[in-house]
This record gives sequence, C-alpha cells and structure tokens, in this order.
Amino acid sequence: MTEPIISATGLGRDFVIRTGRGLRRRRSITRAVADLDFTIEAGAAVGYIGANGAGKSTTIKMLTGILVPTAGRVHTCGLDPHRHRRELARRIGVVFGQRSQLWWDLPLAESYRALAAIHRLGPDTLRTRRGTLVERLDLGEFLETPVRQLSLGQRIRGEIAAALLHSPELLILDEPTIGLDVLSKERLRQFLLEERAAGDTTLLLTTHDMDDVQRLTDRIIVVDHGRMAYDGTLPGLVERVGADRVIVVDLEETTAPLADVAGTRLLGVEADGLRQRLAFTPGSTTAAAVLAHVSARAEVRDLTIEEPDIEDVVRRLYASGT
Amino acid sequence: MGEVLAPYRALLASRLRSQLAYRRSFVLDLIGAVGIGVLELAEVLVIFSSITVLGELDLAGALLLFAFAGIGFSLADMAVGHVDSLPRYLRSGTLDAFLLRPLPVLAQLITSDLQLRRLGRTAVAAVVLVIALSMNTIAWTPALVVLAVLTPLFSAIIFAALFVCAAGVQFWLVEGGEFANAFTYGGSYAASYPTSIFSLPMRVLFTFVVPAAFTAYLPTLVLLGHAGPAWTPAVLGWFAPVAAAGIWTVALLGWRAGLRHYTGAGS
Repeated sequence: MTEPIISATGLGRDFVIRTGRGLRRRRSITRAVADLDFTIEAGAAVGYIGANGAGKSTTIKMLTGILVPTAGRVHTCGLDPHRHRRELARRIGVVFGQRSQLWWDLPLAESYRALAAIHRLGPDTLRTRRGTLVERLDLGEFLETPVRQLSLGQRIRGEIAAALLHSPELLILDEPTIGLDVLSKERLRQFLLEERAAGDTTLLLTTHDMDDVQRLTDRIIVVDHGRMAYDGTLPGLVERVGADRVIVVDLEETTAPLADVAGTRLLGVEADGLRQRLAFTPGSTTAAAVLAHVSARAEVRDLTIEEPDIEDVVRRLYASGT
Repeated sequence: MGEVLAPYRALLASRLRSQLAYRRSFVLDLIGAVGIGVLELAEVLVIFSSITVLGELDLAGALLLFAFAGIGFSLADMAVGHVDSLPRYLRSGTLDAFLLRPLPVLAQLITSDLQLRRLGRTAVAAVVLVIALSMNTIAWTPALVVLAVLTPLFSAIIFAALFVCAAGVQFWLVEGGEFANAFTYGGSYAASYPTSIFSLPMRVLFTFVVPAAFTAYLPTLVLLGHAGPAWTPAVLGWFAPVAAAGIWTVALLGWRAGLRHYTGAGS
C-alpha cells in the first residue's frame, strides 16, 4: 500500500473579513472550509464538486501551497504544501480554467521553453514531452501564435499541455471545461481519458459539468458551505438523493399523454403528444422497460435520455440535509 | 550558478523578445522615455535660469546630482519598476501562478518584466553625466573615480529596494499604489535635488529612512568636496553600500511578511 497522494485531516480555512470604515470597522470570520477529511490514492480520478463559493478553490489553494490552512493538516505528494511549495511545484500540475498561467503575449512554443527552463527539463526531455503533448492535444497549428490571439478552447489545451510538461504525478484542474463548446469539451475529455489510461497521473478536477464527472472521474467529493457533503461514486450519489433520469420520446403520431407508464412521472407533453418527457428514478425501472412500455402505445421515432443535472443532484443533496 | 540562473535567463529573454516583436511601438515608447528625461532636465535648467546656487550646488553640481539620480532610478525602474503594480498581479491571479512554480516568488516577479524603454531616460541621464563631469572641477583621486563609477550602480540598487518595499506594502494596502509611489517616485524626486534644501526632518527622512540621499546627493558632495549640512555630512557619501544593504534587508523582510500575509501563513 503506497502513501496516498493527497491526505487531508480536519482541514479548515477561515478568512477574516473587514467591513466598514474607520471606527465602525468590524472584523468577522468567514469559514470557507471546515473539517475536511479525505485521502486520494495515486492513480485515482476524483471530481470535486460544489456550488460557487462552497470552498472548492480554497481547498485547491491549500492542496497546492498557495494558501495555508487555519485548521487541520494536508499533505500533497507526502509534502506539507506551503512549507515545501517549490518541491511540490515540481511534482504537480495545475490548471485554472478562468485564469491563465501562460504568458499572454508569447506563443505557446516560447512559453514551453520558459517552463522547461523553470522545471529544469533537459532539451531532449523537452523535445519528446512537447512532441507528445502537441500531437495529442493537437496544438501544432497554433504553436507559434501569441496566447492572447488563441480561442478559449485552444488556450485551455495549451494550458493543460503547460501543466503536464514536467510530467507531474498529480494534475489538478479547476473548471477546465468552463465556457468551452461541445466539440472542444469532448476533445479535452478524450485527451484526459487517454492520459489517465496511459500513465499513473492522479486527477483531481472541479467542475459544474455532469458529463465531465461522469466521463472522467471514478469518485466524487461534494462540498457544501466548506463541509464535506458526500464522498463516493456518482451512481451512489444519484441513488442516495434519488435523482431522476428523463427519457424524451418523439412519436410518429399524436398520442394521448403517457401518464401511466409504470415507474415514471410524466413531465410534459409537446406538439399534441408528438414529444413527451418521462422522468424515472434509476432502480425503480429501466430505460428499456420504459421504452418497451411506450412502444406498445405508439411508434417511437427517436428518443434521448437526459442524465440528472449535477446542480440538481447537489441541490437535492443539500436539501436532504446530509 | 549558471544552473540556478537559467530559468530567469529564459524568462527575461522571452520578455525581451515580446517587446522587440512590436518594433514601432517599442521605438515610440523609447522616444517617450527620452522625452520624460529631457523634461526633467529642463526643470533643473529652468530653476537655475533664475538662481545660481541651490542648496550648496551650482548648475554644474546640480547636473551631476541629476545624472546620478536619473541613471540610478531609470535602471531600477527598468529592472524592477513593475513590482509596485502588485495589486494587478494579485487580481489577475498571476501571483498564484508564480506560487505554483518551483522558484521564489519575488525573483519571478522581478524577472516577469524588463521595460527596456526606460533606457531612454538612462541615456539622457548618462549624457548629462558626461557633461556634468567635464563642467565640474573635481580633484580626482583613485578613490573618487571608484565612487563616481559605483554611485549610479548603488543608486540603482537602492531605488530597486524602494520598489520592493513599495510592493511589500501593497499586500496589505491593496489600493496602496499612491502611498507606495510616495516612496519610489517621491524618493526619486527628492534625490534629484540637493537634500539640503529640505527642512531637517525631511532631510533625515530622505537620508536615514528612505535612503534617497545616498543615491546621488551625498556622493556628489564628496566628489565636489563640499562639507554637507548638519546631520547629513558629506562623509556619508561613502556609505551608499551600507544604505543599500540596510534598505534591501528592510525590503526583503517586508516582502516576506507581505507574502506570508497573502498566503495566510501569519505575519
């Protein structure tokens, strides 16, 4: 059993907020993160999820040594992140989707040269590693374009290559797919899946995107108001909060509302019954059973299944008071 | 040593390439900087068009002072002047990016920019230095030659420390740019005139607290053989390295405390 790559015990961080001016100045303490306990084993892929302001970024900053915890302990790669910040920086890669770590006026090629010097990669190591990343992230076309002229999707791919250049053991992605179009998102996920399959990089990602969580992670941690709300698998969470999947059927001819399909709830009927939406809880019935039931009533031209929305699942989790 | 410096060389080289990539704007910036230097020189000349002696310096002495302060400040401004825009780095998250790299944060901040256009001001001051040295009658000794050569260098080192102090302060005063400027640009302004024209408290402030007097005024007194006013005798002109070491100690402690404040490590 090897040492976990991240271990947090009773991890907490308070912020002192000063409001008002002069004599009316008040000091109040806001608890951004409190009592977090978790460990992440090397090679795992973990989704770190929570509403805005739930403490995700604060946690990441503590894991990477940017912020010092006010309570508890955290070890990343076996190091105290703040005390051994520089040593840790050689072993992890971090991407903030909304903040660039690249030099805005330099082309990627130039940035990678500077980063290689910072991480003391030899010319041969740089050439092979860069070659691999350029090919797999498809950066070749815009390698010589200044970063500020890149599209968001191109920039994020560039950022991820920058974070992976020194072959870190742990890759931390903060909202990597935010603002990306469907195609760019898909490409990025494909890359991350390959990256995981190829090596033993541990992945920790925060996201609002359910598809990210579903495709990329095998475990999720949900935080709410800085506290651990759930730690386990996504199906486990869905089961626990009873999140519904929605099956949308397009029918060949106008059909009376399908109100009595076993195990489902009719959410809506459009175009005189040409399109109907049925919600069902996984476990109580299956998509196949619902489809069979509907097919008996009308010919199904097309169907889609909407997975539970992450925001919705988390909201239900919060509402259930756990 | 070369091994240690390699990352910074790469960072600075990339900065320089990006500035020189836009050649026309670089040339305009450079001309602008020369213009600022010339305007400051004109200010000194205007003053001396109505008086003959300021402090105990005549025009030739004042020009020498102007040249030392000008070279020192413009070199410091070029190398580290950008560090006092720390709030911008904080807001844009650049400082967090620095914290995620395996190098000291201050070293990264300093090497994150190198404003070559400021050399325009250095050039003006250097020309003035050559003229001023020929205008003054200086009883040259080997020691005075060393002093004349090292003064612009220590002047730059002292001003650079003032910039780092200004940056450190801004970890607390996030909108403290103006306050910080009082010490950097204010120090430069104070350094460009004979410190003796200030009242005693100001003179002590700009000698022993903000060591601006060491950047130009005190060495000028030594070169010209003046005695210097009470509390700040000319002999202090030999102690610019001591002043530099002192202000850098303050600057580095202040920076360290500021960074610890930012990361919440306590200060």
